[in-house]
Amino acid sequence: MRGGSAFAVRRGSAEGFAFLSPVVIVLVVTVGGPLLFTLAMSFTSATFLGTLADLRVVGLRNYVTVLTSSSFQHAFFVTIEFALFTVTAEMLLGLGTGLLLAEEFPGRTALRVLLIVPWAIPTVVNAITWRLIYAPDFGALNALLQQAGVITDYRSWLGDPSLALYAIGVADIWKNFPIVGLIVLAALQTAPRDLYDAAHVDGAGIFRRFSTITLPHIAGPLMVALILRTIDTIKVFDIVWVMTRGGPFSSTKPMSMLVYERTFSNLESGIGSAIAFIITLVCLIFIIAYTRLLKRQSRGA
Amino acid sequence: MRKYLTATFLLFSLVIHLVLMRPASADEAKTLNVLVMSDTAYSDKDVSSMTASFNTAHPDINVKVDFVPYAGLRDRILLSQGSDGAYDVVLIDVIWLAEFVKRDLIVDVTDRVDPSLRAQVFDGAWKTADLNGRLYGFPWLVDAKFLYYNKKMLSDAGFSAPPKTWDEMNNQAQVLKDKGIVKFPIVWNWGQNEEIVCDFAYLLAARGGQFFASDGTPAFQSEGAKVLDYMRGQIRSGIANPSSREYNAEDGRRAFLSGEAAFSFNWQYVYALSKNPAESKVVGQVGVAPVPAGPGAPEGTSVNGSMALSITKTSKHPEEAWTYVTFMTSKDLQDKYAKAVLPVWTASYSDPTVVAGQEELAAAAEPNFKNMILRPVIANYVQMSSALQEGIQAVLYDKAEPEAVLADIASSVGNQ
Repeated sequence: MRGGSAFAVRRGSAEGFAFLSPVVIVLVVTVGGPLLFTLAMSFTSATFLGTLADLRVVGLRNYVTVLTSSSFQHAFFVTIEFALFTVTAEMLLGLGTGLLLAEEFPGRTALRVLLIVPWAIPTVVNAITWRLIYAPDFGALNALLQQAGVITDYRSWLGDPSLALYAIGVADIWKNFPIVGLIVLAALQTAPRDLYDAAHVDGAGIFRRFSTITLPHIAGPLMVALILRTIDTIKVFDIVWVMTRGGPFSSTKPMSMLVYERTFSNLESGIGSAIAFIITLVCLIFIIAYTRLLKRQSRGA
Repeated sequence: MRKYLTATFLLFSLVIHLVLMRPASADEAKTLNVLVMSDTAYSDKDVSSMTASFNTAHPDINVKVDFVPYAGLRDRILLSQGSDGAYDVVLIDVIWLAEFVKRDLIVDVTDRVDPSLRAQVFDGAWKTADLNGRLYGFPWLVDAKFLYYNKKMLSDAGFSAPPKTWDEMNNQAQVLKDKGIVKFPIVWNWGQNEEIVCDFAYLLAARGGQFFASDGTPAFQSEGAKVLDYMRGQIRSGIANPSSREYNAEDGRRAFLSGEAAFSFNWQYVYALSKNPAESKVVGQVGVAPVPAGPGAPEGTSVNGSMALSITKTSKHPEEAWTYVTFMTSKDLQDKYAKAVLPVWTASYSDPTVVAGQEELAAAAEPNFKNMILRPVIANYVQMSSALQEGIQAVLYDKAEPEAVLADIASSVGNQ
């Protein structure tokens, strides 16, 4: 773009800012405002139905309360476990699917269209569907595994505290790996064919071709997918809410559900805001770590 | 360039104008917003047709009804406070009354209720509207947990009557299991939700236990531990379905009505569904009885699950709202829809036209509705309930011991 396209602004930047201003205003109003409001509230004793007169500034007390509570610590590890499991699987599956669908074979277009279907299904519908699949007494999964001889007795998936989180994870992976696949596929469309031909002539094997040509080429988009998926899973709420409501005995309760409970069930908006802000910080840490990684990698290349 | 800027600015203003300035409707002054629940009582269809007949009788009042599942009802009531178009009439559960009154959310209607009506409605139903002698609504639903049983399974096992006591139920269940009539004879709704606290509450009452002593100190630890031991024992021995631990009321209802259990504990709405072939594989086999009794008690004690219609403090039309509440809770209307939900009016139960076709439910309901205990009437009930749900589940999954769990909850709840 540096060469100067038809839309480049040459006469000073004032007009450029003017054109950007609607976006900036919308972002400040819809993102910045609520974020600052949440941050401010997290330092107060605000309650959901309280009056301004009752409002006290309590400094970091909400954060201390949250960080020392066993329910938060538990929810934190539940969230991280869920994020690690689902994001890893979604990235690997997505990468594999993207690579496969970039190859030419009969029926490729149909498969590419089908790939979008799980992602296009609303999360709540997906959650209800999987809840039925996992149902302990009449679920399809039990029927399938029993008929295939894998299990002898019907078993509970969402009711088993050591399995429930992973069962939800599988539902989440099924829904979300296609978006990673699509991003990979889109990135591969721009990979120059002649580089592969040259590598082929030079005798590079498939793994070498993948690591030296494909991966550097899709690293940027892949990183975007990684960041999006990580943020999404760290603030996971709806799929868990529908499938288990955090049970059994809170073994699948992620951090965002605590925000909901504290803010809307216990009406402690101050505490709820503090947890919400901690979630934002956790996301931020992951984003910074990822972008560092990307920079180091591109420097290495 | 200025032209573009002006155009952008105008476009932007137009969008904001369109978003903020909604046309004011002329009849807004007479619109009532009503919030009720969509599950475990009257169906959406019933409430809509009741409301339609109200609208016909009162063409000057326009009623809009919103439905949410029970699980989201309390949060929706709280969230709508102070919002534009907040609700005028809301359905409140007996366990929220103390909190809603303390938070000043619902209107005191003591002076609107004709005192002669007090005696005509079940005492237990009033508990959902009556706090320290003041009324904050009118009972709309009277409900308690019932024992539902599968008559065919019981007679196959050689039993002619449903169990009268909790111990007898365990014995019958064991026989049913041993004879291979049903794999898991009992199904409970013991997921992490309010149902598990309801069951804990009446099992506690059956042992003569209570939540708080008269001086407000927690008193449920010692008898409560025996209750948890009883609950855990059923899961361990396999007379209760281990999947009970992930079921809500609807899950438990489905399992029972697909013939996977001989005993189930649920609200009265299950009775109507049990006769509907679309919902039930055991049409004609379902019996209903009051909950079993504890050791030495003459009768069982169920849990009060009544609900009332209340007017919110934010309502701009309390008069019209009360007209609607009066209509919805009237004996005539309730009698007409008695097939879906039994009326709150005691006289209805001796009216053969009202109980026709559901004599068995009505017969079980009368003693059951007279012997109902309340879950704790405290302003922070929701927090206590969520601690109980988590703690009881931990015991049922063998992750914690009853005594330790209840001691923790007692100290976190504190004196009331």
